[in-house]
Amino acid sequence: MMPRRSWGRDLRYLALYLLKRALALLVTVLIGVYLTIVVANMGGQVDDLRRVQIRSEAFEQVRADPAFQEMASAERNALVERRVALEVERLRLDEPFILRSVDYLQRAMRLDLGRAEQMHSDAGSRQVRAIIVERLPATLLLFGTANLLVFFSAVGSALWLSRRYGSGVDRLVIALAPSSAAPGWFYGIFLILAFAFLVPLLPPGGMVTAPPPDSRLEYAASLARHMLLPVAAMFLSSIFVSIYAWRTFFLIHASEDYVEMARAKGLPSRLIERRYILRPTLSPIITNFLLMLIGLWSGAIILEQVFNWPGLGSLLFQAIGFRDTPVIIGGVVIFAYLLAVTVLLLDLLYALLDPRVRILGEGRSGT
Amino acid sequence: MSLGIGRRGTWAELRRYPSALAGVALILLLVALALHTLATVPYGQAVASWRSGEAHLPVNARPVWSDWLSPGRAPRSERLSAETRESEAFPGGRRLTQRIELDYTYDDFPSELALFLRPQHSERAAFLRLGWQTPDGREITLGSRRLVGETRVALSQDRALEQRLGRPAHFGLLAGPDGEALVPGRYTLTLEAVFFDPAAELESELWLYGRVHGLAGTDHQRRDLSLALRWGTPIALAFGLVAAVGTTLSTLVIAAVGVWYRGWVDALIQRLTEVNMILPLLPILVMVGTLYSTSIWLMLGVVVLLGIFSAGIKTYRAMLLPIREAPYIEAARAYGASHLRIVMRYMLPRILPVLIPTFVTLIPTFVFLEASLAVLGLGDPVLPTWGKVLNDAQAQSALYNGYYYWVLAPAALLMLSGLGFAMLGFALDRVFNPRLRNL
Repeated sequence: MMPRRSWGRDLRYLALYLLKRALALLVTVLIGVYLTIVVANMGGQVDDLRRVQIRSEAFEQVRADPAFQEMASAERNALVERRVALEVERLRLDEPFILRSVDYLQRAMRLDLGRAEQMHSDAGSRQVRAIIVERLPATLLLFGTANLLVFFSAVGSALWLSRRYGSGVDRLVIALAPSSAAPGWFYGIFLILAFAFLVPLLPPGGMVTAPPPDSRLEYAASLARHMLLPVAAMFLSSIFVSIYAWRTFFLIHASEDYVEMARAKGLPSRLIERRYILRPTLSPIITNFLLMLIGLWSGAIILEQVFNWPGLGSLLFQAIGFRDTPVIIGGVVIFAYLLAVTVLLLDLLYALLDPRVRILGEGRSGT
Repeated sequence: MSLGIGRRGTWAELRRYPSALAGVALILLLVALALHTLATVPYGQAVASWRSGEAHLPVNARPVWSDWLSPGRAPRSERLSAETRESEAFPGGRRLTQRIELDYTYDDFPSELALFLRPQHSERAAFLRLGWQTPDGREITLGSRRLVGETRVALSQDRALEQRLGRPAHFGLLAGPDGEALVPGRYTLTLEAVFFDPAAELESELWLYGRVHGLAGTDHQRRDLSLALRWGTPIALAFGLVAAVGTTLSTLVIAAVGVWYRGWVDALIQRLTEVNMILPLLPILVMVGTLYSTSIWLMLGVVVLLGIFSAGIKTYRAMLLPIREAPYIEAARAYGASHLRIVMRYMLPRILPVLIPTFVTLIPTFVFLEASLAVLGLGDPVLPTWGKVLNDAQAQSALYNGYYYWVLAPAALLMLSGLGFAMLGFALDRVFNPRLRNL
């Protein structure tokens, strides 16, 4: 047993350790987001593209407007120039990219996502926040359902299999594990082929029927029908390898000496599972679970494209197509923050769950 | 860790796993296909014919083997030239009459009919009249036209003819009087040409575009899909292999350097890894593809670059840390080995075996990554790849239109390569990973 006063010291070290980690993570996010800003702007080259686009659009607008048909060409050119200058100023293209990139960065870090340049939400808002918030439920619903399903059924059946190691089912799962080499969208194509075209039972894509049903119940039913295929695709592509990985993980831990010892003592297998296998392996399981949860954020660009699902993945894809930097940066910066917060949370959890981390912190701050 | 399994030992161990053998067989098959393709279809030819399509190929033809599954004879592509030629001179020119005979025995209508005309020794415009005779003796006039230079008469696209027949020419001309059922038998196309040049000649060919073609069928641009499927093999294998080698080896070396030098080098590497974990790979690839270039080699470069500081560094670091303190490393230092030598010759070889399974299982991930990018429309602009075939199929709603072969063939190849490497990789994992060996 530790002496009583060491608790305070532990807490101090823990706080210090977390503070250090938080600072390091903040710097990491800063660098990551800045790199994204630079890539998303091609190091400033996107500005040139945008200027050309602005000019041609302004010219097209003036040319097509009957009100300006009678204008002399010099006057009309001046009008185009004025409009271009206004638009350039609105998008702040007259400032050097380095300055703007720093500005982007500090606003992104404050989560002030600003206004989109080209895109708008379905409700018509130009706010990046509104655009993202509009797409978020779709992604969370689809990927949340699929990933939670995969996670819990994989961990559950892996525990079950690790007791029946070597059985027919076990061998079948091992044999099926390589099927996960293919990503979800790949299975999606086949599922669409089978269940939407060969046997037309389910819709091939989209989120609800058009027009969306009025009653809440019908809406949910339509949503569920549309979700079935993409969820099945994701489930198929990752379930076997997840079961395989967890099964191996549990088997390795089940062959530790202290588990053998517990078995030799004749403890019931439920108890062994809970106290001797699950408890020591809790931190990797939690890590995996949390990382999976943030993985939801980015969605899956291709799966959403294949199933025509209006989520964040396809939003990001459209934003890149429109070269709409604020939307791209908005998506990435939120992802980065979520990841950083999760990593910090994990650090804290490890520090609480695993005494070795505490000792490490002590050793570090001691020297 | 006991990793001292010799090469022969590995193979003996591997032979115990049927899935490993199947995986090796699949990989060998793909490699053989890739080598055969490289040897028989030169790069330039593949790129050129993929870019332009080939005029003699039908549009959206099924593969020939699909015809064996369904009872019946689907039409093949045929080129028929005139069998009887008559000529009659008149002052200042000549009249040519040619007949092209078509014995139609297939069970289905062709996909297109076209006439190729090549007048020779004729400077001035000629006059041409076309007639069509069915087996049941009906005469259908196909109209008259001026003939200057080489001409392709697209009968199937002739709107006036379609109006008269009620259906496009490749249906209407081969159907019975009701315009519905196909009538097999001998059809005759009569060409009557009046040239105003005494020496004029006429080469004519009737092109019948089939419903089936080759081993893989064709796409909407008259391109032979088997070309893309075959050329896709070496590209997919090269992409997967180079990306897997590039990312795993560079990650390993960097991890080893960090572990060996410690201090700020290690800290820098750790921080870079964390920054890299925050960057989402696929959106960055999509950005590079949209903004810069979709060249497959640029993508490969970016994949490797982003893969250098991947999360694997943390795993390798954990494996390398105890090795650093091993006595044999100390011995190497004692005899004066350089830092580089210790990292490359003493530390890396120790964990290389653990890496091999990861490496093999990584290959299909990259093969599918290439396909994913292509499905998003960011495939290489010139090279035919499996992913680009899938992308075309998707864009043309192949599944909706019932062109299943268009999706199934590239998907099957992708799946085979994925399965081949994954099965081998999983078996290797059990052989090389000592903790799994007894499981």
